[in-house]
Amino acid sequence: MGQIILNQVRKTFGDVEVIPPLDLTINDGEFCVFVGPSGCGKSTLLRLIAGLEDVTSGDISIDGQSATELPPAKRGLAMVFQSYALYPHMSVRKNIAFPLRMAGLPKDEIEKRVTNAASVLNLTDYLDRRPGQLSGGQRQRVAIGRAIVREPAAFLFDEPLSNLDAALRVGMRLEISELHKRLSTTMIYVTHDQVEAMTMADKIVVLRAGNIEQVGSPLELYKAPRNTFVAGFIGSPKMNFIQGEQASALGADTIGIRPEHIDVSDTQGQWSGRVGVSEHLGSDTFIHVHDTGLGDTITVRAAGEVDFKHGDTIHLTPRADQIHKFDAQGLRI
Amino acid sequence: MARAVSSRRKSINTALAWGIGLIIFFPILWTILTSFKTEGQAIADPPVFLFFDWTLENYSIVQDRSDYMRYLWNSVIIAGGSTLLGIIIAVPAAWSMAFVPSKRTKDILMWMLSTKMLPAVGVLYPIYLLFIKLGLLDSLFGLVIVLMLINLPIIIWMLYTYFKEIPGEILEAARMDGASLKSEILYVLTPMAIPGIASTILLNVILAWNEAFWTLNLTAAKAGPLTAFIASYSSPEGLFYAKLSAASTMAIAPILILGWFSQKQLVRGLTFGAVK
Amino acid sequence: MATQHSRTAARIMMAPAVTLLLGWMLVPLIMTLYFSFKKYLPLRGGDLGWVGFDNYVRFVSSSAFWPSVTATLIIVGGVLLITICFGVLLAILLDQPMWGQGIVRILIIAPFFVMPTVSSLVWKNMFMDPNYGLLSYLWEFFGAEPIQWMSQAALPSIIIIVSWQWLPFATLILLTAIQSLDSEQLEASEMDGASTLRRFWHIILPHLSRAITVVLLIQTIFLLSIFAEIFVTTGGAFGSKTLSYLIFQRVLESQNVGLGSAGGVYAIILANIVAIFLMRIVGKNLDN
Repeated sequence: MGQIILNQVRKTFGDVEVIPPLDLTINDGEFCVFVGPSGCGKSTLLRLIAGLEDVTSGDISIDGQSATELPPAKRGLAMVFQSYALYPHMSVRKNIAFPLRMAGLPKDEIEKRVTNAASVLNLTDYLDRRPGQLSGGQRQRVAIGRAIVREPAAFLFDEPLSNLDAALRVGMRLEISELHKRLSTTMIYVTHDQVEAMTMADKIVVLRAGNIEQVGSPLELYKAPRNTFVAGFIGSPKMNFIQGEQASALGADTIGIRPEHIDVSDTQGQWSGRVGVSEHLGSDTFIHVHDTGLGDTITVRAAGEVDFKHGDTIHLTPRADQIHKFDAQGLRI
Repeated sequence: MARAVSSRRKSINTALAWGIGLIIFFPILWTILTSFKTEGQAIADPPVFLFFDWTLENYSIVQDRSDYMRYLWNSVIIAGGSTLLGIIIAVPAAWSMAFVPSKRTKDILMWMLSTKMLPAVGVLYPIYLLFIKLGLLDSLFGLVIVLMLINLPIIIWMLYTYFKEIPGEILEAARMDGASLKSEILYVLTPMAIPGIASTILLNVILAWNEAFWTLNLTAAKAGPLTAFIASYSSPEGLFYAKLSAASTMAIAPILILGWFSQKQLVRGLTFGAVK
Repeated sequence: MATQHSRTAARIMMAPAVTLLLGWMLVPLIMTLYFSFKKYLPLRGGDLGWVGFDNYVRFVSSSAFWPSVTATLIIVGGVLLITICFGVLLAILLDQPMWGQGIVRILIIAPFFVMPTVSSLVWKNMFMDPNYGLLSYLWEFFGAEPIQWMSQAALPSIIIIVSWQWLPFATLILLTAIQSLDSEQLEASEMDGASTLRRFWHIILPHLSRAITVVLLIQTIFLLSIFAEIFVTTGGAFGSKTLSYLIFQRVLESQNVGLGSAGGVYAIILANIVAIFLMRIVGKNLDN
C-alpha cells in the first residue's frame, strides 16, 4: 500500500519560501510525475516526502499515518538518485543487499531477494562487480535494484535518467514503466523533461516556483491546459501563442495553437508567412514561419516530408476546435 | 604535458636536479654512513665516504647506554595514541561540518585553525602547572592528550576536506536505505574515506613523532620519546659522532619511510586545503 | 540542507571536538593572562601579589628583549627568503621533464621528516663543528680558515639548519601549485611569442603568488616558535635567543612566571597578527 497525502505542506529556506502551502494526493499504485523547469521546487518536494528535508509546516501522511516527524529510514520509501548514489566500495550484490542488511533480515532471505532482484533487472552476471566497473545504464539498474528489494510503500525517483545518453534514456524509460506495471507500487518521479512525464505518468503534477500549476493525466494536460504556463510546458514543439486582434476576435487575451493543429498549404489559408528554418525529422517536418503578422514566429508541424524552401510563402490554417483561449491572467477560458 | 623535449635539455635537467637532490639529502646520507663507522673513522681527516670498516657496534652501544627501545616505544605510543584518539574525536566532527553545514560551520573551522596557531611558549607555564597538579608530568597519558589537542585542528581540517569530496547523495541514499547515523558513518562514509583517513593518520603520526616542544618540556626519563632521547646527546662527551649517528638513524628511520608514502597528502594537510 | 534530526545529531557529534579545543584554548590562555599580572616566583616565595602591567613593562624594557626581537626577525626573515627563493627555483626545476623525477623528489623532501632535535645535532656536530665538522674540512680544503659556526655565526648557523628543514615544505607546496598550472595557458603564451623569462614573470610567478603567500604565512607561524633547534645547539647563547626562547627561559629556567607570562601574551598577539592573514586566505578557499 502506498497512498501519500500532502496537507498544506510548506517549505522555507531562511526567508525564501520555496514551496508555498500545497495540497496533493498521490493514490496507491499511481505513477506520479513532478515536472517543471529547474528551480521549480520539484526536487525539494520529493526530498520532503523522502524525509531528507524537514517540512516547515504542514503534514505528510503515508498510508494514512502521519510521517512528518519520521526520519527517512522509518518512512518505508525507497529512492533512486540522479547520480545513482551507489556505494562505490561495495560490490553490486552488497549494494543491493544494503537496505536489507540495515533492516536486519536473515542472511538467506537477503540472498534470496538479491538474487531475485538481480534476475529481474538483468544484473545476475554483474553481482560481484563494483559500481565503478559498470556502464551508466547498469548502474541505474543497480540503484533500482537497491530500491525494489525493500518492497517499499513507494519509490521516489529524482531525475534518474538525466545522466544517461539519449538512446539509453528511452530504453530505461520503458524499463521503469514496465517495472511499475509489474509491481504496481506507487512511484513518484521527478523530471524536467516533459517527454518523460507524458510517456510514463498516470498523473502529472506541473510545478512552477513551488506552486502546483495543474494536476492531471497526460492527456488532460495536453488537451485542457489550465493556463499558458502548462500549455507552453507540455507538448513538443511548444504551443504557439498569439495575442492581439486574432485573440480578441475570439474573445480572449491570448490564444494558443499547437504546431500539430495547424494545416499548411502553398495556395491558401487563414494566415500567411515566409518559411524560415525547416527541421526534417522524416516522419514530420517542423517549419518555422516568419512575418505572419501574428507577432512571434509560428511553428507548424507537417506530417511526413513537405516541399517548402527557405523564403517561400506559406499559408496556415488553425483548426478552430483546437484553439486554446486564455484570459489576461493567462488562465484558460 | 606531452611535449617533445630535446634529450639534451632533459639530460641537463636530470643532472641539475639529481645534483641538488643529493646535496639536500647528503646530511641524512652522511648520518646513516657515519653510524656504521668506528668513532675514529667518523672524524678521520680526510673524511672517509664508503671505504671504511662497516660495523654495527654503535647501534648496540646506543641501545645499551640509553635503552633506545624504551624511547622508541614511548614515541610509538605518543604518536600513535594521540593520532588515534584525534581521529576518533575528529571523524564525527568532520562529518557534521561536511554534510550538515550551517552558517557557523566556516567560523568554527576557522576558529579551530586559530587554536593551532597559539604559540606553545605562550601557554607553557599553565600547561606545565596543570601537569604538575594533575600528576601528568613525565607521563605518556599526558603527552598523548597534549599532542592530540595540538594536532586535532589539522586532523579535523584534513578529514573535512576529504569528506567534502564525497557526494552527499550517497549518504542520503544510506539514510533512505534505513541506515542509522552510526551505520551511515561506519559502513558508508568511513570505508569510502579510507584513503583520506589513512593519509590523515600518516601525516599526524609524522607531526606527533617529530614534535619537539612539549615532548622536551613535559617529559623526563620515564615518558621521554625519541626527540628527548636525541636531545640527551646535545652535550658532547669525547668521541661520539658515530654513536650520535646511530641514535639519529634509529630515530628518523621509521618516520622517513612513512613520510615518503605520504608526500602527496602532506601538501593538503599542511596548507589546510589552501593548496591542493 | 538537512533535517532537524540530522542537525541535532551534527551538534552532538561536534561537541567533543569543540569542547576539547575550547578548553585547550581558554584554560591556559586565561591562566597566562592571570599570571602576567602577578609577581609569581614559584621557587622564591610563590605568589607575591598583583603588579598590574609591571611585567609587561619589564619584559619589554629588559636588556634581552630587543636583541631577542632582532634575532627572531633575522631568523624568520632569513629562513623565509632562502626557502621561498630556492623553493620556487627547485619547484620549477622539478616540474621539468627528467629521468628519475620520483627519486629526486624523495631526496629533496626527506629533510622535512627528520625530527628537529636530530637535524640540529647532526648539523651542529658533524657539519658545523670547528674541529671535526665536514664544513671545516671543506673550508680547509680550499685553504680557508674554518668558521666557528655556533659561536661566531650563531644566527646564520641556525638559519641554515632551519632552512634545510623547511626548504622541502616550500618546494613541495610550490611544486604542487606549479603542476596545477594550466598547460594550455603556457602553450598559448608560447604561441604569442613570450620568452622563457617573460613566461616566468607574467604567468608562472602570478600563478604561484597564492601558494607563496600560504607558504610564507604557515612557515612564519612555525618559525616564530622554533625551539628545539636553539635548545640543542646554542641554548640561546651567542645572540641566538629568540623571543620564544627568551620566554621559555623566563618561565622554566629562571622561574619568573609573571614576567614570562607577559612575554607569552606578546607572543600570542604577534602570532595572531600573522594568523589573521593566513586565515583570510584559507577562508576564501572555503567559499568556493
